[in-house]
Amino acid sequence: MREAVFRTPEIGDDTDVLRARLHAIWETEPGIRGWFGTVDHKEIGIRYIITAFIVLALGGIEALVIRLQLAGPNLHLLTPEQYDEFFSTHGMTMIFLYASPILSGFSNYLWPLLLGGRDMAFPRMNAFSYWVYLGAVIFLYSGFLIGAGPNDGWFNYVPYAEKAYNPGFNEDFYSLGMIFLGISTTVGAANFIVTAFKTRAPGMSINRIPIMVWGTLTASVANLVVVPAVSLAFFLLWMDRQFGTDFFQTRGGGQPLLWQHLFWIFGHPWVYAIVLPAMGMVSDGLPVFCRRPLVGYALVALATVSVMILGFGVWVHHMFATGLPGLSLSFFSGASIVITYPSAVTVFAWIATIWLGKPVLKTPFLFFSSMILLFVIGGVSGFMTASVPVDWQLTDTYFVVAHIHYVLIGINVFPVVGASYFWFPKMTGRMMDERLGRWNFWTMFLGFNLGFLPMHLTGLLGMPRRVYTYPAHMGWSALNMITTIGSFVFAIGVLLFFINVWKSWRSGAPAGDNPWGGSSLEWSTTSPPPPYNFAVIPTVASRHPLWEDQLQESEARTSLRRGMVLDDGKETLHTSPVDAVPERIVKGPEDNTAPFQLTVAMMVLFYGMLLKNWWVIGVGAIGCLVSLLLWLWPRREMLERAPGDRPEPAHV
Amino acid sequence: MSSTPLAYLSSDGQRAATILPLTWFTLCVSIAVCLVIGVLVLVAARRAQAVDPGDIAVERRGDGIRWIGIGVALTSVPLAITLVWTIGALADVVGPPRRPDLVLDVTGHQWWWQVDYNGATPADRFATANEIHIPVGVKVLVRLHGADVIHSFWVPKLTGKTDTIPGQTNLSWLEADRPGIYRGQCTEYCGVEHARMGFEVIAEPRAAFERWREAQLQTAPPPITPAQIRGAQLFQFRCSLCHAVRGTTAASHYGPDLTHIASRRMIAAAMLPNNPGTLTGWIENPQEVKPGALMPDQHLSGQQLTDLTAYLETLK
Repeated sequence: MREAVFRTPEIGDDTDVLRARLHAIWETEPGIRGWFGTVDHKEIGIRYIITAFIVLALGGIEALVIRLQLAGPNLHLLTPEQYDEFFSTHGMTMIFLYASPILSGFSNYLWPLLLGGRDMAFPRMNAFSYWVYLGAVIFLYSGFLIGAGPNDGWFNYVPYAEKAYNPGFNEDFYSLGMIFLGISTTVGAANFIVTAFKTRAPGMSINRIPIMVWGTLTASVANLVVVPAVSLAFFLLWMDRQFGTDFFQTRGGGQPLLWQHLFWIFGHPWVYAIVLPAMGMVSDGLPVFCRRPLVGYALVALATVSVMILGFGVWVHHMFATGLPGLSLSFFSGASIVITYPSAVTVFAWIATIWLGKPVLKTPFLFFSSMILLFVIGGVSGFMTASVPVDWQLTDTYFVVAHIHYVLIGINVFPVVGASYFWFPKMTGRMMDERLGRWNFWTMFLGFNLGFLPMHLTGLLGMPRRVYTYPAHMGWSALNMITTIGSFVFAIGVLLFFINVWKSWRSGAPAGDNPWGGSSLEWSTTSPPPPYNFAVIPTVASRHPLWEDQLQESEARTSLRRGMVLDDGKETLHTSPVDAVPERIVKGPEDNTAPFQLTVAMMVLFYGMLLKNWWVIGVGAIGCLVSLLLWLWPRREMLERAPGDRPEPAHV
Repeated sequence: MSSTPLAYLSSDGQRAATILPLTWFTLCVSIAVCLVIGVLVLVAARRAQAVDPGDIAVERRGDGIRWIGIGVALTSVPLAITLVWTIGALADVVGPPRRPDLVLDVTGHQWWWQVDYNGATPADRFATANEIHIPVGVKVLVRLHGADVIHSFWVPKLTGKTDTIPGQTNLSWLEADRPGIYRGQCTEYCGVEHARMGFEVIAEPRAAFERWREAQLQTAPPPITPAQIRGAQLFQFRCSLCHAVRGTTAASHYGPDLTHIASRRMIAAAMLPNNPGTLTGWIENPQEVKPGALMPDQHLSGQQLTDLTAYLETLK
């Protein structure tokens, strides 16, 4: 017996009465229950962003301690074991706990606003992915705080990670924590994919979505494909450590190189997953400050996707020195060189956008345009390591450390800070301080390049990575001192950013709905947006809904003030994947604390596994089961019903 | 040794030399690309006006696709050259020499290098540690083994990196153009003392190499003075649990073979110069010198240390 009914959504105007009605429906209930139960994507997005920035600060402090240790030869600020935990935790923090979650945060906040929807496709899963992320941060850092942080680098090679060589809890925390975090990534990726394909406003066909959506969509597809590889690898490692299996140990027929394949088949696409959405931020933000549409939208979108497709086939370039046959090395070398092409497309599209536009000097523009150069520096050093024989010299020296920092700071941190200046007015209703913004930018930019440009030379002079100290007579001492000074200047720049956020949040100048004259849908609603995002669902007519009058490229106009009202409960619209033709009205869930409860139960489970205590594991498992039951218990209000339960003939 | 012993923008051996021009080419191309892009961005961005973006009308001007087309076409030139050159250089250096003049087995341990010289008969074989001697101008095949975790074998002036991985034998090769002392270093993170897992390759003329080889083949001479005799007894009692000295009953291969320790330039995996002072300091307190090293502190009396050093100094 299907109780579902068909209903034609009412078309109406954006009125105060409608807004009041929607507000009552969509507002998160106040109080502690609402705080733990909210499923509002904006609230979750901001939590993601704040948590990730706190994590960035933690990783940054670790980096500064590392830089103090390396400021001169033979220093003893940290013991070797402490140093190993610091650099491993720094890598884990920045790559896994900051770089990806910060982008998830922005995407969580922005996507429904960019796409003209009222929430993500699966709001409770959205809350769940945040809570699990937070849980994984706590889990992994609880190890570090008791002196059992990861100590084998972020890529955690075996056999050193095996119990025989690494008997402490360090690697158990890291293995289980990474499996835990993988759940958050997977849930989030699935949510993004469905959101991108199903919840776009009518008329927003696939060739009209912002590039940032392409970036996160591509990254999410990649994550769904590759995260299982790394979760499996960490699970096998944990089995090796706790139950004496020999997946990675030769004594039982295992292979140490299996770890490297499983890790890098994940790890390389992951690097793209943590830069493509950030590149999308630049592709969407830069044109606003160049007063023209992005040059080559279709080419940039295709480049985004093709980087990832090629990115699946380059993982062995992390393993050129492992003794694989020359023929397979040449294949991966070729693929790694070819991946330059889509990146070149994107870079020239950005440069052409500035050249052919009328650039406006604002802090986000500084971050977005300087990022192009940092991207290229990180790109060409990657191109050098793609050449196998050259890589045999470059790999595992500070040249690669410089490369990875240009990639991650240049293509992730700079766009993210620029994006913060860009979207902060939308999130808070206040502008960030422009003057402090200039100081912020120049301190970060000069500090970063002062610290990391000379590091290429440190590498060319042969300094190996992951050394807790170095002898005095190697020719590296002065360069290391410069890098330490630069990294402190850079840190001051990041601090200025945090200060600016803090100050502007409290007392920044009020921002209007569209302070930058932006083109996409988020700028059509109030700053900050109401809980329901849009009073009426926009009907989109072009790629630049808010620039249609100025561009005059067609007669059609996006309808922003009149559209589907969808005010019978928490309703959203699902549209077709390619053309965004309306398909059905979907009821969204109310606030729900089950995702939080499930996360707490999972933490108990994971701590139980860490301690190998079957009682704790049992409690955690039962907790998970109960929370899942609570979450999945069928609710009558989730059923789709027409007003007054009248069946309507028309299928929307 | 030069002031930058691990720098690889110069080379002293054929394998590294084949790669060097390609390294320089890709480096120069990279710098040129950064300069061009930097100028393009800077010139474009300098036109920026300090006004509110909303005050400037949006306008689609110019043929941006041409930018992308020209940019990608220009990018193709160095990419194609690099690709072809890479495959060529790889073919030249990837394979080990078909007829090596010398074959060595090098095993990476936490945190030292075991070096085995092979010979036709067992009497022609010997082991040493952290110091590899090779004759100048010949191709030396190095078979790489992993004893515990993964390490990586790297002598930047002579050859790029190859990992030593438990359960598999990787091949590398060396050829030194001129006599010299070339520093090597482990470059795969392998634990707490990874930073100080160095070694040296000493390339010398054939005659000198053969003299060294003959000397290494000798077993240890018997101790003579009372101090040396006491030191030898102490060695058997304490050190032989891990170390071997050929010609005595000390035959454990857990740590480096010490038969000719006194002949080596450096101790503690190329960390310290080898002299009685550093040797005594190292034996007395290895955990201070290299925290986490697998050699425990020995807690010997001053007299015992003197005796032991006296004995070790005879192992030339």
